[in-house]
Amino acid sequence: MTTLTHVELRPGAYADSVTLLQVSRVAQGLDGVLAAQVAMATALNIEVLTEMGFEVPPQAGTNDLVVALRLETPDALAGALAGVDEALRAANRREEGSATIAPPRTTSSALRRSLDTSGHDTVALVSVPGPNAFVEAMDAVDAGRDVMVFSDNVPLDQEIVLKRAAADRGVLVMGPDCGTAVVGGLGLGFANVVSPGPVGIVAASGTGCQQLLVLLDHAGVGATSALGVGGRDLSSEVRGLATREALRRLDEDPGVELIVLVSKPPADDVADEIGAYVASLGTPVELALLGPGRPDLTAAAESVLHRLGRQVPSWPVDPPETFGRVNGTALRGLFVGGTLASEARLIATEALGADAGHTFVDFGDDEYTAGRAHPMIDPSIRLEHLARAAADPTTGVLLLDVVLGHGAEPDPAAALAPAIAAVDRPVVVAVVGTDADPQGRDRQVRALVAAGAEVHLSNAGATRRAIELLGETR
Amino acid sequence: MTTPQTVVNVGADLLADAVADQAVAVTRVDWRPPMDGTATDLATVAADPRRRAANDRALAAMLGVTATLVDVVPAAEALGLEPGQFLHAGPPIGWDRASGPLRGALMGGAALEGLVADPEDAVALFESGRGVSLEPCHHRGAVGPMAGVVTPSMWVFVLEDPATGRRTHCTLNEGLGKVLRYGAYSPEVLTRLRWMGDVLGPLLQRAVRTVRDSEAGPVDVTGILTQMLQMGDEAHNRNRAGTLMLLRDLSPAMVASVDAGAAASDVAEALRFIGGNDHFFLNLAMPACKLALDAARGIEGSTMVVAMARNGTDFGIQVAGTGDEWFTGPAQLADGLYLGDYGPEDANPDIGDSAITETAGIGGFAMATAPAIVRFVGGSVPDALATTRRMHEITLGENPRWSVPVLEFQGTPTGIDVTRVCRTGILPQINTGMAGKLAGVGQVGAGLVTPPAEIFPKALARLAELAAGSRRT
Repeated sequence: MTTLTHVELRPGAYADSVTLLQVSRVAQGLDGVLAAQVAMATALNIEVLTEMGFEVPPQAGTNDLVVALRLETPDALAGALAGVDEALRAANRREEGSATIAPPRTTSSALRRSLDTSGHDTVALVSVPGPNAFVEAMDAVDAGRDVMVFSDNVPLDQEIVLKRAAADRGVLVMGPDCGTAVVGGLGLGFANVVSPGPVGIVAASGTGCQQLLVLLDHAGVGATSALGVGGRDLSSEVRGLATREALRRLDEDPGVELIVLVSKPPADDVADEIGAYVASLGTPVELALLGPGRPDLTAAAESVLHRLGRQVPSWPVDPPETFGRVNGTALRGLFVGGTLASEARLIATEALGADAGHTFVDFGDDEYTAGRAHPMIDPSIRLEHLARAAADPTTGVLLLDVVLGHGAEPDPAAALAPAIAAVDRPVVVAVVGTDADPQGRDRQVRALVAAGAEVHLSNAGATRRAIELLGETR
Repeated sequence: MTTPQTVVNVGADLLADAVADQAVAVTRVDWRPPMDGTATDLATVAADPRRRAANDRALAAMLGVTATLVDVVPAAEALGLEPGQFLHAGPPIGWDRASGPLRGALMGGAALEGLVADPEDAVALFESGRGVSLEPCHHRGAVGPMAGVVTPSMWVFVLEDPATGRRTHCTLNEGLGKVLRYGAYSPEVLTRLRWMGDVLGPLLQRAVRTVRDSEAGPVDVTGILTQMLQMGDEAHNRNRAGTLMLLRDLSPAMVASVDAGAAASDVAEALRFIGGNDHFFLNLAMPACKLALDAARGIEGSTMVVAMARNGTDFGIQVAGTGDEWFTGPAQLADGLYLGDYGPEDANPDIGDSAITETAGIGGFAMATAPAIVRFVGGSVPDALATTRRMHEITLGENPRWSVPVLEFQGTPTGIDVTRVCRTGILPQINTGMAGKLAGVGQVGAGLVTPPAEIFPKALARLAELAAGSRRT
């Protein structure tokens, strides 16, 4: 049998990584196709293609689309290419209301148009590639509109310029690399569906914010706004420019009784400045600063509940009927949430010591997302590493997170449960979500438990349980 | 905090879908990567703290100008042109690189000025360069359609901004077909030019001065533009309504000049000439646009284009924030319809200062208001509406004075922004006439053309360099 490998560059053709993911999936399902990848030729995607055994022409640049196909026989090529073209066309097709009006091409143009129709309360949501995000976000700041920058890989100097301009104009910049926000009840990016309530959150961490939201929601405490500020906002370079604006907004909101600030501990001088600012506000602020020797997110949620005079419930745990056997000695943490990964690492390091061979990988980190979708949207990278960790004899226990909510993949358990079922070690999963989320936490939990995983709502709880299971081998 | 009513999404559609699922309206930006190699410069310019205020100022300065017709005089008087000095359209160029139509117009101009007896003899004169010099109209406060050749004896309109006294100039329009500005220099062309100098110029001068000094005051060129844009003119390839309104404003004074000794037959001929030349007003629209755009020149940090001009070889732009520097690339061939037996092989690349109209937001930018000529430039009415809407993607604002009825009286797209052109890859749309590529042929057609794409990244790079420099100091 003669297989055929076909790689072609299409300069100037562009589609976003999520669209191309869908196109690749369609291509993989076409008749006679053994493997397929349709992607922009970023360094990371070229690496992926190379690993798949495709030779990418050296002149490929980031503005080129690569169509790479491996076919059972050469005569399958024409049909496969037609299928790829059809999928690209379908993905690019947009509903055109009144056929003659083309969509806006820049954020400023879109804002100008929406200003004409609705007048007020427009927010911009930017998720173009990092090197292009600043220009779009600046359009919003120039127009006096709040903006969430979902994009990562935005240069630090651009973040500073953006936030300084925003501060001058009383505009809130959420991000860059802000995965989660809830603005007046509207979820932007990855956001869980929670009830409105007395808590307002300012978060330098997306999944940290989501963990807090779902724990409080489980305890019956809602939140109306959760404003992400981006992971670097409290660094000594950015100096909390967005944090201040977010705090000011929540302080002005009469519905907010308690503000929670979730972040890594800021640089010392920034901590003093923010501390002084917090002291000037009328609304009390609970600081949830995450780091070695500090309370974890679950402890922070409990402390918020105490402060509001609420009962702390027991955090839900759903155990499987039988557990896989523990063989190896290493804890393998494979995360889609950055803050969840570092929380697990902190807890494990405290319990087991550093350099004990345990690993905690965040697949949402910049190094895995250049030119591809976030693992909460595209699970393939983590699934690949899950299979690898399962085959690794040193693996003792697997620790995962699943983050639900708007923006995340519609049914993460669909791909993850079969992968877990194939693992013969214990698997502990933190499912960060609510029953009101589009994916329905209860449904996701049932599928994962049926596959043999123990499921927690608290990531800290899941981590401690994984450590405990690991200890049972000794 | 209140719930946002609209979300503008730029990037992953999935995030827009998640918002739409929550029953909040989403405006989806059809984002595409910027022109090759511009991402860093775009960020640098976007970060320039002067940019926003500078662009606001540039746009306001331009929109604040009104143009009035205050005089008609020979170019020698108005521009200080001396024998042997020739102005031409577009960025600077020498005889060696000049295209056929520019050469033809220069040859005819040399004969008109009596520097040579026969236009053909002028080739040797310009090759030698002795006693002749070429300079862009734009460098002397003037604009010229097509070849744009101005010689000392040609009469020019003088437009003035009453608020500042600033002035711009343009020659009198010769009509269509075999005319000097399209590179023709046959005896009929020179005969017409001589009549324009001997008869038309002086008659217009008297009439314009009479009107200027009357109680009504000078002809309000900007006001005529406002009206003609609502009468089916886009003021580049269609100037019919504008021409007739000018005639309305000047003809009483022209007729009255018979009492002051003008020959009635000359007046009748002048009126017939103006009324029969649908493009007569173009030579007022152009300097009115330049007068407005010149108000935005030299505003540091502004990314607004203040001139687009072509000399038949190069297409050049000037930008408010980059001083007098020209950013040039090869002029393109227009796409459109040809007169008679002419075809694409007969056409010269794009030529003329008339793209100053598009720079000011009319011409191709106001195509939606001129459905009558969409077929003339090879398009359809929906194309015309789409063109004007598309130009709003690359402009800083709208002109409240100049509005387009069919687009719900939306103002014309105004103030081409170099950064928006580079971000969207959308090039300014220009309506243009086409000159024959050989000297002496004249007009061969009309159509649509765009600037060469690369001149916008060039201008952007310079803006970025200046922005970086201003931050260091």
